[in-house]
Parts: sequence; structure tokens; C-alpha cells
Amino acid sequence: MLRIEGLTKTYKTGDTALRGVSLEVPTGQILGLIGPSGAGKSTLIRCVNRLVEPSSGSIMLGDIDLAGLNRAELRRQRRRIGMIFQEYALVERLTLMENVLSGRLGYVSFWRSLLRRFPGKDIQRAYQLLDRVGLIDHVDKRADALSGGQRQRVGIARALAQEPELLLVDEPTASLDPKTSRQIMRLLTEICAERDLPAVVNIHDVPLAKQFMQRIVGLRAGEIVFDGPPSDLTESALTTIYGAVDWNTMRKEDEEKQEADAETDRQLAEIA
Amino acid sequence: MTAEATNYPSTWRRPPQVFTTRTTRYALYGGIVLYLILASLSIDVDWQRVYIGLERGQRFVMGFLQPDFTSRWNEIVRGLTESLTMTLTSTVVGVLISVPIGIGAARNLVPAPVYYVCRSIIAVSRALQEIIIAIFLVAMFGFGPFAGFLTLSFATIGFLAKLLADDIEEIDARQAEAIRSTGASWFQLVNYAVQPQVMPRLIGLSLYRLDINFRESSVIGIVGAGGIGATLNTAIDRYEYDDAGAILLIISGFVLIAEYGSSTIRKYLQ
Ligand SMILES: Nc1ncnc2c1ncn2[C@@H]1O[C@H](COP(=O)(O)OP(=O)(O)OP(=O)(O)O)[C@@H](O)[C@H]1O
Ligand SMILES: [Mg+2]
Repeated sequence: MLRIEGLTKTYKTGDTALRGVSLEVPTGQILGLIGPSGAGKSTLIRCVNRLVEPSSGSIMLGDIDLAGLNRAELRRQRRRIGMIFQEYALVERLTLMENVLSGRLGYVSFWRSLLRRFPGKDIQRAYQLLDRVGLIDHVDKRADALSGGQRQRVGIARALAQEPELLLVDEPTASLDPKTSRQIMRLLTEICAERDLPAVVNIHDVPLAKQFMQRIVGLRAGEIVFDGPPSDLTESALTTIYGAVDWNTMRKEDEEKQEADAETDRQLAEIA
Repeated sequence: MTAEATNYPSTWRRPPQVFTTRTTRYALYGGIVLYLILASLSIDVDWQRVYIGLERGQRFVMGFLQPDFTSRWNEIVRGLTESLTMTLTSTVVGVLISVPIGIGAARNLVPAPVYYVCRSIIAVSRALQEIIIAIFLVAMFGFGPFAGFLTLSFATIGFLAKLLADDIEEIDARQAEAIRSTGASWFQLVNYAVQPQVMPRLIGLSLYRLDINFRESSVIGIVGAGGIGATLNTAIDRYEYDDAGAILLIISGFVLIAEYGSSTIRKYLQ
């Protein structure tokens, strides 16, 4: 279980990205974090595994406060937290197997990892995970030879190789097309359900969040302004999160896109 | 809808970027011409000496046209072997030392004190030209290839560590972040996130440096650091231009081979 209390982050530039955020994520829950650009979503999940140093507040994972760890302890605790990135962040020139095994780095000695001599159990598990995400036939391919959706599945396998107690997911589908996005979200939610794994998922796409998340937290200007099940996410709730103008823009975007397409077609027809 | 193309001007000139007014530009051109005239007038040429030199130069060229490979063949082979040994060993040793220094000089991997120390080592190595180091080391260790080996190793560090460090500073930070977030140690981070990103270039640079070191080995030989350069120097001192011609041809041949070989190997990387 993850329990965040009074988390505040002010960057060196003076931007306050989080203002006293408190949040509890019980085991097995998939939580979607939504909010306008710059609301502090990335900052929040990056504070949890300390890729960003929190300014104040506590972050309890089980009964350990992640906010107050020294470097060596932090490394040990990071093993418990898997992270999945928007741009996949795979090491491009390494094979899929190496990318997945890199999830075990926190558990093996430097020499074993240098010689790629991972324990048999780790290798078995890596094969199993690559099979689970449907990439067992590409084990020896380099990561830069994959499509976006395939890369994100490797990203998921790498995070799971850590045998984490918590998943942090930063906009997993923002670089993917709608169909692949849904496949990835389905895979992610299935895997979390299989393992009773809690996850915090930053997500831009409101319909996608409503479809796949069990609980939605809305962040606006560094503060939580909504917390509830997807069914409570009414238009007025969305207006609170995104602001009236933004929300109306988002809703209209689809119509406008279609209109713009039609307009372009008309213009092209005229020129021709 | 679309306007007639003929309504638009058919000429366009790039506006001047630095000196925007005509007068400053012409003043600048005039100044440059005046300087060149005055400067060339100030050169004091001894035409007598030029004439003698021309004759000597002609003999040099004749030596080239009739190179003598045979009479000093043994010395040439010995010089070449020395040069090649010097080149290879100094490149290997230089690369081995450059890697840790290059990593230490990458801002995104190490704390500030380590960074400054490593950058200073690089700066010193780059500030001193090979010939100056060679003269100094020949004075310290005596004539011969050992001084040359040390010179080239030292010069390799400045070259390779700097380019490696700059390359590491430009790696994709997201890949490094992802590895760090798994709980990897610093060494594992270097091995899994940094090395894959910079390895092809490191190999390419090392081969390029091998090539440079061979050329440098013949230059520093002239100041006493052994190798084919020393053989060449002896030949010139004795006015044996046909031997010198042969040696220069051999050096050119080797440089060509090194050039071609290293670029071929680099193509296979990536
Ligand atoms: N490294 C940084 N240095 C300074 N300010 C930062 C940094 N990263 C983020 N910020 C600021 O913190 C605030 C929150 O940024 P954050 O990236 O957490 O937003 P976000 O909700 O993830 O937005 P998006 O949806 O666009 O990804 C912004 O105002 C941003 O300018
Ligand atoms: Mg973000």
C-alpha cells in the first residue's frame, strides 16, 4: 500500500508543482491520475521513486518512508517500484532480453550484470514475461527494431521483472495510436489484476481513463480537486479539473478535427 | 483564388547579416587589403638564400623521383617496426586510461569535484602539443621509442577522453533514468544505459586515433622519440634524399592503409 501525505515539490526554478498532496492507494487498486498539462502529474509519480526529490511530505510504501532515504537505501527500495514511461525509455541498442533483465539489476552484483550472467530464475522469469506480453519470438532482437506498441510491452515486462509492489506509469499510451493504446491499457490492467498490484497511471485521455481505471484522481495546479470512481466523473467534475475553457476545448476537439478534415478536403478540391 | 505568380518579384538577395551598412562593409574590405599590402612589405626576403634553397629542394624532389629503398632497408624496417609498436601500444594504453577519465568528465554522471579534476587532466593534455611533450619526455627518458610511446599515450587521453565525455553528456537521459529507477547501482547504470549508447562512437574514435598516432609517431621521431621519424631525420641530416624519399613514400603508404582500414571498420559498426 502507498500512502502519500502532505507532499510538496518546488523546483529550483521556483515553480511549485505540488502543494500538499495526500493520497492513499490500497493494494490491487489501479488509480488514474488526470489533469491539465503542468498540473504536476509527472512530478507526483516521479517523487514516489525519487527521480524527483520531494521538497517536503512523506511517501510511505508499506512501512518505509521513501522520502527520507539515503542513496544506498533508496536503491534497495527502488527495486520495489516498477516504472513505465511514455517514450518507453528502453535502452535502444540492447536486446529485449537485456532490457527485461535490467529490471533485475537491483538484485544482482555488478559482475554478474556486467557478464550478463543472471541467475537461472531471473532468466526464466524474463522469458515468461516476454511470453506474457507476446514477444517471446523477439527475445534476441534489439529494442530499436520494434514498433511503439511492442516497445511499450517490453517496458511493461521490464517493470514487472522487478517483482514490484507498486507500478508507476507515466502516460503509457501518449505516443501510440488509439487501437494500440487500448491494447496496452488492457494488458496493463490484466497484469495488475493477476498480481494484485497497485498502480498509479498518469493519463491524458479521459475516455481511456474512464474505461480502464478503478479510481480517478484529478490534479489541478498541484492540488487534488477530484477523487472518486470513473462514474462520478461528470461534466462538472471535469470542468473543475480542467477548467471550463479547457474542458470545453477538449470536448470540442473531436468535432473540430472532423470539421478541419472536411475543410481541408474542400480546399484541396478547389485547387485541383 | 491564387494570385498570378508574375505579380511577385523574381529576384531575391540575402540581406547582409553582420555589417548591415554599405560604408562599414567597404571600410572593412579596404582595411583588410591595406593590412595585407603592409604585412607583405614587412617580410624581409633574402633572395640569395631562396635560390640556394630552390636548388636543394630540386635535389629533394629528384630523390623522391628516384627513391632508394635498398641501401638503408634494414634501418627503414627497424624504424617502421618501432613506429608501429609505438602506435599500437600507445593507442591501447591511451584508450584504457581515457575511458575512466572520460566518464569522470561527464557532467551527468559524476559529482562536481570529480568532474573538475577530470576536465583539468583533459585540458592539460590538450593544451600541450605532441612535439612539445615529445621534446620534454625525450629530455627525461632519453632518445628512443619509449618517450614516443609516452607522448602518444598522453596525447590520446586528451583527444579521446574529451570526445567521449562530450558524447556521454549527450546521451538520451530517459534511458538512463529508466535504468536508475530499477534500483541499479552507478556501475550498472554506466554498463547498461551509457555504454550501449556511446560504444559505437568510442570504437570509431579509437580507430581514428590509431590512425592519428601513426602519423604523429613519424613527426615526433624527428625530435628524438624514435621510430620511422628518427630514420627519416637521419637520412635528411645526411643529405640522403633518395633514402628520405623512400621513407616518405612508405609513410604515405601506411597512412593510406590506416585511413582506408579504419574507415572500413567504422562502417561495419553501428
Ligand atoms: N525539471 C523541472 N524543472 C523546473 N520545473 C519543472 C520541472 N519539471 C516540471 N516542472 C514544472 O512543474 C510543473 C508540473 O509539471 P509536470 O511535468 O509534473 O506536469 P504534468 O502534469 O506531468 O504535465 P503534462 O501533462 O504536460 O505531462 C510545471 O509547471 C512544470 O513547468
Ligand atoms: Mg507529464
